[in-house]
Amino acid sequence: MHVMLNGEPTELPGPMTIAALLERLGIDGRMVAVEYNLTIIKRARYAETTIEPDAEIEIVAFVGGG
Amino acid sequence: MVDPLVIAGRTFTSRIIVGTGKYPSHAVMKAAHEASGTEMVTVAVRRVDLTAKGAGALLEWIDTSHIFILPNTAGCYTADDAVRTARLGREAGLSNWVKLEVIGDQETLFPDTEALVAATRTLVKDGFVVLPYTNDDPIVARKLEDAGAAAVMPLGAPIGSGLGIQNANNLQIIKERAGVPVIVDAGVGTASDAAVAMELGADGVLMNSAIAGASDPPLMAAAMKAAVFAGRLAFLAGRIERKRYATASSPTSGLVTTARRSG
Repeated sequence: MHVMLNGEPTELPGPMTIAALLERLGIDGRMVAVEYNLTIIKRARYAETTIEPDAEIEIVAFVGGG
Repeated sequence: MVDPLVIAGRTFTSRIIVGTGKYPSHAVMKAAHEASGTEMVTVAVRRVDLTAKGAGALLEWIDTSHIFILPNTAGCYTADDAVRTARLGREAGLSNWVKLEVIGDQETLFPDTEALVAATRTLVKDGFVVLPYTNDDPIVARKLEDAGAAAVMPLGAPIGSGLGIQNANNLQIIKERAGVPVIVDAGVGTASDAAVAMELGADGVLMNSAIAGASDPPLMAAAMKAAVFAGRLAFLAGRIERKRYATASSPTSGLVTTARRSG
């Protein structure tokens, strides 16, 4: 299944939830924010939001800045 | 002396806001934060590097028990991008505060003030506490305040330039006319620059490069803490007027002089 993940074309094995994607990527969901097709997904909804084909997903976190 | 800085109802005993970028290491950053006494640090919002582990590692080096996280929208060149980034930052940090940047030019990193005012208005309506990074223009500062900004953050000089306060007069005018706190953001090079900003009446100073780029960041952070405190005291104390000629400090009468003999 094709998606755009942080601007990169990415293949996923099949439909999965945001929570499953984060786990697959080894990312602690408490440390990031996730945007799905330009809509921010609340943390509480990671487990119930299923990623559809061709979705655009952004996963962001805090980095050093001024 | 109890002289807190209050922004949008939140009280800070420290008047220095410090960045988290460009330190030689997270450990040095943490030591610098401690030495500065800061209670608020800025962070940037970026795509997670999916090829590297340790997303969110930065936060492990910030003592959030007494340091408040202020996400920024650095690197955004349009109001839309800044609003989008601010919303992501709110989700990642679970706070509705944002240091709003809308950059207008890559070389100077001066703000696009028109887009900045528009983004401020949008985010305030969306429930954000907005602290916009702006230029040293009193009219723009007033527009930002009218748009609902919780503070205005005029630059002292270009970001990362270390040039110090370039337009002291404008900063003073901004402060005199502002109804919200004024934080001098960007341009500080060394301790005296921070002291000058505070002496002019600024309510606080935000800096990153001056500390992170110093040879000894924690030591510079300690210097900045002292400078901001000294500058604040001097402002409250009320400085003497500038005069072009000398005024003696010692009495002019009662001097022991050689008697002039006549004849």
